[in-house]
Amino acid sequence: MNRGPLTPNPSPTRDEGSQWSGPILAAENLGRVLPGEVPVTLVQDVTLDIERGEFVAIMGPSGSGKSSLLYLLGLLDTPTSGRVWLDGRDTSRFGEDELAATRLENLGFVFQFHFLLAEFTVLDNVLLPMRRLGARPEEKARQRAADLLQQFGLGDQGHKRPHQLSGGQRQRVAIARALANDPPVVLADEPTGNLDSRASANVRQILHDLTRELGKTVVAVTHDLTFASAADRRIGIVDGLIAPDWRA
Amino acid sequence: MSIQFVIAVTHLVSRKRPTLVSLVGIALGVAFFLAVSSLMRGSERDFIKRLVDNSPHLTVYDEYRNPQPQPATLRWPDGAVELRRVKPLREVRGIRGHAQKLAFIESLPGLRAAPVLVGSVVLTFAGRSEGVTLNGIVPAKMKGVSTIEDKMTQGSLEALAAHPNGLIIGEGLARKFGLSLGGVVNAVSPAGESRALKVVGIFRTGNAGYDETQTFALLKRAQGLLDRPDRVNRFILQFDDPYVARDVASLIEARIGYKAVSWLEASEDLMSVLLVRNLIMYSVVSAILVVAAFGIYNTISTIVMEKVHDIAILKSMGFHARDVRRIFLAEGVLLGLVGSLLGLGLGLGLMALLVQVEIKPPGATDTVHLPIYWGYDQYLLALGFAMVSAVGAAVLPARKAARVQPVTILRGMG
Repeated sequence: MNRGPLTPNPSPTRDEGSQWSGPILAAENLGRVLPGEVPVTLVQDVTLDIERGEFVAIMGPSGSGKSSLLYLLGLLDTPTSGRVWLDGRDTSRFGEDELAATRLENLGFVFQFHFLLAEFTVLDNVLLPMRRLGARPEEKARQRAADLLQQFGLGDQGHKRPHQLSGGQRQRVAIARALANDPPVVLADEPTGNLDSRASANVRQILHDLTRELGKTVVAVTHDLTFASAADRRIGIVDGLIAPDWRA
Repeated sequence: MSIQFVIAVTHLVSRKRPTLVSLVGIALGVAFFLAVSSLMRGSERDFIKRLVDNSPHLTVYDEYRNPQPQPATLRWPDGAVELRRVKPLREVRGIRGHAQKLAFIESLPGLRAAPVLVGSVVLTFAGRSEGVTLNGIVPAKMKGVSTIEDKMTQGSLEALAAHPNGLIIGEGLARKFGLSLGGVVNAVSPAGESRALKVVGIFRTGNAGYDETQTFALLKRAQGLLDRPDRVNRFILQFDDPYVARDVASLIEARIGYKAVSWLEASEDLMSVLLVRNLIMYSVVSAILVVAAFGIYNTISTIVMEKVHDIAILKSMGFHARDVRRIFLAEGVLLGLVGSLLGLGLGLGLMALLVQVEIKPPGATDTVHLPIYWGYDQYLLALGFAMVSAVGAAVLPARKAARVQPVTILRGMG
């Protein structure tokens, strides 16, 4: 099955050798229930398409399941029902190793807390995904890491440890790390949740520019209305369901 | 260098104290392992050396392991008539054709052999008589197979070659008789021969029984005294490597027929005692390393707990479960390896100190050094035990780390 879920034939199909031109990321009746004595439903029957180069904000009240949806879209969590399509591929058939390999090449993550490795320098943190993938020789990888840091105004911070940086700077390092392997999709979980308004604006601008200048697809979970207003599309989630008319 | 290895090193280097404690644990374990092992193995070898070198590695006797069959039995194996009271042929006892047989034995590599005629004589001096064992030897050959040369306190083995009527006796016997170098004793053999022999050497092995009963004279003289011209009744052999004695014994026995007994065969029970002793010793010293392994387990478990967010981010980034497992296994390997190397140095230091220790056993006149074994096999054994303990200690935390689900951790943070 090399067909996107919501795109009927004969619209774009992914053939041998040709690029899939349908939605980069798609959820098909996605559901996630935490098992237990009282099962908890995190996400229910979510179906959505996200196009290439789109900047999407997922919004909703606390505990509405928007982060859970992001983890499912990011292949970090396994749905209990439905499936996720990434670049035209059905990921429900992937094993754990294939999921990890897919995340390494196709997805970049930015979290509310920067989650940089404290013992490594800023530059080494950005290098981590490239070293794991091993597609670039060390010299090229270092050059790319330095370029990414330069691009986000951190050109002179590469040798520092994460704790020597401000919150906004760290979050920009996290974005640089997410982009290290040049993935088509960047997923962000409350990327500005921990930042002051100036740093927030900076991060928001960077993520926005990623979609416009580099053609990346950005999906961000946020509480921040200003942040959401910069997005191309806002998706409301309430009690694990898509709420089309939800307004913060 | 793989990124997993780099992360492992970084984890250890950034946690200096627990890492150091783990290393010290393994290092001390390995050092004690080596010190105890080198002492035990050293004393074992010392013991064997005394056991082995004071007596021949292999002795060929003028006997057969199984009695020779009677010619009649060979000729008529199914004979109906049994002849009773058949006695073996009466002959002068000794190894037949000893010159050729000795030449064959000497043609084997890695050994030295000497012919000996052993018999009993009675020594009389100043009205005292003592029955002793007379060994008729060829001094030049005897030097290669016996340590008697080193045990001489007065005179020498060469003096025997110069004095056809010379006799070498033990210190115990000399004291009994009140004999000193140059004294003359009378020797009487069961064959009725009698001769005056001059003491040209006195030895002391430290074994009282040996020193009081063993005497040495020239082979020719012994043959005459015991009335067994041109006979020898033993070959005694010494090997470069005493442990081949068993194999050579069966070869010689198969080839020349006479009974050949190696020291290993003669002291089989002792060898099994030593083996059991080594097994006990190695289980005890390995226990030290097992205890040290708990230190490593503790360190790596703590790192896994502290670094659970790093693990979550690495896995979300696309690190496989096995990448994460490798990081923590590598930490075990690193701790084990570095700890072992430190322990090796420390152990060698301890051994160098132990070898300096001088002790004087109660009642002894000489001080002795502690026997230390320097063989490389114990280093490999220590390294092996240390690595197995260290990696074993890392397995559980590594598995736990590999199982971390990023979502569980991220949810906790959200």
